[in-house]
Amino acid sequence: MSPKLDLLQGTLDLMVLQTLAAIGSLHGYGIARRIEQVSGNEVLLNQGTIYASLVRLEQSGLISSSWGVSNNNRKAKFYAITKSGRRRLVADAEHWERLTGVMDRVFAMDKGEEPA
Amino acid sequence: MSGTRRTLSRLRAFLFRRRRDADLDAELAAHIDFATEEGVERGLSLAEARRQAMIRFGGIQQAKEQQREARGIMNLDILLQDIKYTLRTLGRDPGFTTVAVLILALAIGANIAVFSVVNTLMLRPLPFRDAQQLVWIAPPPTKCGMSCATYSTDAYDEFRVGSRSYQDVTGYFAFSSADNLSLKLGSAPVTATSIDVIANFFQLLGVQPAMGRLFTADDARNGAPPVILLSDPWWRRQFNADPHIIGKAYDINGHQTTVIGVLPASFDFGAVFAPGTKVDAITPLNLYGPPRDWGNIITLIGRLKPGISLAQAVDEAARVAPSMCWNNKYPDSCGSYKGSVIPVPLKDYISGKLRQSLIVLWSAVGAILLIACVNLSNLLLARAAARSKEFAMRGALGASRARIVRQLLTESLVLSGAGAVFGLLLALTLVQWLTHQGAIALPLLSTLRIDSASLGWTVLIAVLSALFFGLVPGLRMASGNLHETLKDSSAGSGQSRKHERTRSILVVSEVALACMLLVGAGLLLRSFLHVLDVDLGFQPERAAAIKVDYDDNVPNDKTGDLTTQKRTAIFQQVLSSVGALPGVEAVGITDYLPLGQNRSWGTPFPKGVKVPDNLAGPLVYVVTTGYQRAMGTRVRGRDFAWSDGPHNENVVMINESYARFLAAQTHWPNNDAIGQIISSDPQGDPKNDLHIIGVVDDVHEESTDGEAGWQIYYPVTQAGPVGAELVIRTTLPPASLATSVMRTLRDLNPKQPLAEFRPIQSLVDHANSPRRFFMLLVAAFASLGLLLAALGIYGVISYSVTRQTSEIGIRMALGASAGLVQRQVLVGTLRLALIGVVLGALASLATAKLIASLLFATSPWDGATYIAMALTLIAIAALAGYVPARRASRISPLVALRAS
Repeated sequence: MSPKLDLLQGTLDLMVLQTLAAIGSLHGYGIARRIEQVSGNEVLLNQGTIYASLVRLEQSGLISSSWGVSNNNRKAKFYAITKSGRRRLVADAEHWERLTGVMDRVFAMDKGEEPA
Repeated sequence: MSGTRRTLSRLRAFLFRRRRDADLDAELAAHIDFATEEGVERGLSLAEARRQAMIRFGGIQQAKEQQREARGIMNLDILLQDIKYTLRTLGRDPGFTTVAVLILALAIGANIAVFSVVNTLMLRPLPFRDAQQLVWIAPPPTKCGMSCATYSTDAYDEFRVGSRSYQDVTGYFAFSSADNLSLKLGSAPVTATSIDVIANFFQLLGVQPAMGRLFTADDARNGAPPVILLSDPWWRRQFNADPHIIGKAYDINGHQTTVIGVLPASFDFGAVFAPGTKVDAITPLNLYGPPRDWGNIITLIGRLKPGISLAQAVDEAARVAPSMCWNNKYPDSCGSYKGSVIPVPLKDYISGKLRQSLIVLWSAVGAILLIACVNLSNLLLARAAARSKEFAMRGALGASRARIVRQLLTESLVLSGAGAVFGLLLALTLVQWLTHQGAIALPLLSTLRIDSASLGWTVLIAVLSALFFGLVPGLRMASGNLHETLKDSSAGSGQSRKHERTRSILVVSEVALACMLLVGAGLLLRSFLHVLDVDLGFQPERAAAIKVDYDDNVPNDKTGDLTTQKRTAIFQQVLSSVGALPGVEAVGITDYLPLGQNRSWGTPFPKGVKVPDNLAGPLVYVVTTGYQRAMGTRVRGRDFAWSDGPHNENVVMINESYARFLAAQTHWPNNDAIGQIISSDPQGDPKNDLHIIGVVDDVHEESTDGEAGWQIYYPVTQAGPVGAELVIRTTLPPASLATSVMRTLRDLNPKQPLAEFRPIQSLVDHANSPRRFFMLLVAAFASLGLLLAALGIYGVISYSVTRQTSEIGIRMALGASAGLVQRQVLVGTLRLALIGVVLGALASLATAKLIASLLFATSPWDGATYIAMALTLIAIAALAGYVPARRASRISPLVALRAS
C-alpha cells in the first residue's frame, strides 16, 4: 500500500464543509468517518485533528453547532453548515478547481507537451 | 472573513476556557464511544474496539491542545498556565526564590538608581522650556577663575545689542557670597543667600513664579525700591509657607525689601548653576548702578532663536567680541574679550564634565547586572539539573522543546519581575536619599526622580536580564536527550558534566566581571586617597570660618580713607577679641575662602616688562594680618601689619607659583620676589606700585585635584574686601568654640547674624564630594559584585562536591586523606578564580582608557591596585570554596557509597 497522503493546509476545512453541505447535520465522529470513507482511506487523518478544524470553522461562522442526541441515543455535538459556510464552499471549490486545472497544465508541460 | 468576529470568539473562548474544555471533553468522549460501538458491531471485543478507536483517533491530548490552539488565545493561555506553575514551583523552593529575587533586586535597583542619575544629568533636557536653545557664553577655561569666566556690564550690553542669534541674553552676578542676606525677623537677624540676576533672567529661562510676579526692568533701575523673589524651600522654612506673603516688606540688609513673588519648587538655582549650594532668594541686579565699574561680574546665558545653530552663534560671537569693552570709559579696554566669547550648550556647561564619570558609573552597574544574571543563570542551571527528570518526563508526555524553554523563560520573567519590583523600591529609596544630599556638589541632584523613562528602563532591563539568565539553562535543559535522562539515575552522568562545564564558564565570567569592577573601584579609591593627600597649601584641620557682618560705611567719604580706617578698626577689634578666647590659636579675616568663590583684578607685573597677551591674572584675596597663620599657610617674608595704612606704600603677598613666573619674566636678585615692585597700572604711576613683602604657599583655590593657580593677597588696610570671613585656628575641636565666638561677635556688633560656623575641612569635603560620591558608588558596586561572584563560586563548587559525593567516598575508601580531598576541591576553586582574575585583569587593562580621565595621580595600569584586587578576589574565592571543600573532606566513605 502506498503511503497515505498528508493533507494540504486548509484542505481539511474544505472537506468538512463539503461533508456537512452534502449530508447535513452531523457529529464529529460522523464527519471523520465520512471523510475517511470518501477518501477511500487514502488520506492520513488522525480523527482527533478534525476538532481543531471544527472549532476554527465555527468561530469563523461557517458552521454552527448544537448538542443533540444521535440515532443510537448518545448525546453528541452536531454540526451544520451555515449560509456563509455555503458561500465559502462555493468560492473555495471554484478556487480549488482552478488550482487543479493549473496544476494539470503545469504537469502536462512537464511531459514535454506544449501548453495550448 | 470576519476577523473581528473570530477574535471575539477567541477572546470568549479564552475567558470561558473551562466550560469549553468540559464541552470538548464530552465531545471527544462521545467520539470514542461512537467508534468503540462501531467496532463492537463489527464483532470486536469491547477492549479491542476501544483500543482501535483510540489508535484511529490519534493522541487525545494532542487533539485537545490543537483544538485549544485553534479556538483560543493560545499564548495567553499557556502564559497563564506557565505563571501558575511557576508560582507553585517557586513557592516550593523559598530559599532559592528569596536569594534569586534579592540578587535581582539589588542589581536592578542599582541600575534604576544610576539610570535616574544618568537620565537627569546626561539624557534629559535641563528643566527649562526649550532647554536646547539655552547656551552658556564664556571663554575657554583658564586659571584665573570666575573673573575670567564673566563679563562686565558694558560687555553684556554690547553683546546683547550686537548679537542677532539670540531671543535674549541674560546673566547673573557671579560673586555673591554665601549668607549675603541678613534678614531681620524678631530679635536676631538670620542669614540667607541670594543671587543677583539680570531682570530678564526668569523670562529667558521660561520659569513662571508659583505666586506673585517676576522681576521687570523697573525693579533693576537706579533708585528702584528693593524687591526680592523667594525660593520655594526658603518660603516654606523661613516664612511658614505664608500664602499672603506677596507685597509684605522685610528688613533685609537694612533696607525694607518687598517680596514680589515665590519661585516654583521646580526651580533650584543652586542645583543648576552652583551645585552643592543652596540659594534662598533672588534679587535684581542693577546694571547701571555701581556694578558698572566692578569689572567682570556677569555670567552670560543666552537663548538662541529657533533655527539658529550653535555653530552660527559661535561664529557671530567671535564677530561681536572685538567690539565689547571691559569698560566703555576706557577705550583701550575694548577688544579685550577677543577670543573669549564662546557659546556652549548650557547643558554641556552644567553636566559635561561629569559625562565620563557617569559613563563609568553606568558601566559599573551594567557589570553588576551582568554578574547578577550570570549568578542567576548558574542557580537556575543547578535547579534545572535537579529538575531534568521532570522536564524529560514532560517531553515524553508530548511537551515540545519550545514549550519547555518557554516554561523556563516564564520562570525567569517571574523572577526578574519580582526583582524589578523590589529593585524599584530600592531605587526609590536611593533616589529619595540622593535628592536630599545637598552637600554633594553635583548639579541637578535635587531634581532627581524616578520618571517614566526610568520605569521604561526598569521594564527593559528586567526583560533583557530574564532572557539572558533564563535562556542558557533553558536551552541546556531542552537540548538534553530525554531517554538518557530518564534512564540515568546517578548524578555523575555526561549530562551533568556538560552542565558543570557551562557553570564553570559562567563562574569564570562572573569572576572576570567582578575583577574589572574591583580594579575600577581600586583605582578610584587610590585616586581619592591621593587627592586627600594633596598639599592644599593650607591646613583644614582644626580651623573654621564664620561670616562676619560689619558696617564700614562712612557718609561723604570722598577718598575712601575714612571707610578703610573704620573697617580696619572694626577688624582689629574683632581679631583681638576673638583671638583672646581660650583655645584660639590664630585668627584672621579674608573676603574669599579657598575652594569657594574667586576673582581677579588684572595682572600686576614687574615694571617695564610687557604683559603677555591673554595672560590670566592672579586670583585676588583681601586679607588681614594673621589670616595666613589661621589658615596654616606658610609665609616667606613678612605678614601684613595694621600699620600698612592707606597712605603707606602699597604692599602685597603673592604665591610661590606667581613669584616664580614673575621672576622668570625679569631679572630679580636670586630670583626672589620679596622686596620687588610690581604694578598693573599701564602708566606706571609710582602711587600704584605694589611692594611684595611676602611669598606664600600655593593654595588650591579652585579644586583639590587641579593645579594651584596664581594668587595675590592685598591687605584690608589698603584694599576693599567684599565681605569678611573670620578664620579661626584652634587647639580644641572647632565646633566647641562656635558659641563663644558667636557671643563675642554679637557683643561687638548686635547686628551680627547667626551665621554658620563652618569647619574649613567642610570646604575641602565639599570640593571632594563628587569624587567621593563616584568613588563610593563604584566601591559599593564592586563589593556587591564581589559578593555575587563569591556566591557563584560557592554554588558551583558546592554543587560539584555534591555530585562527586560517591566518587569522593570511593577515593577516601581507597585511602585518600581528608586533607587531600579538601586540597583538591580548593585547587579546583582557585583554578576557576585564577582564570577569571586573569581574564578580568586583561579586560581591565584593555578598558583602562574609559576610567583614565577620572583618576588622579594614579595610572590606569597601576600595578599595586591590580595585584591587591586580584589577591582580594582570590582570597574571597578561596573562602567561598573552603566551605564545600570542608564538607567534601567530611564525607564518610560508608555513607557515600551506601547512598549511591
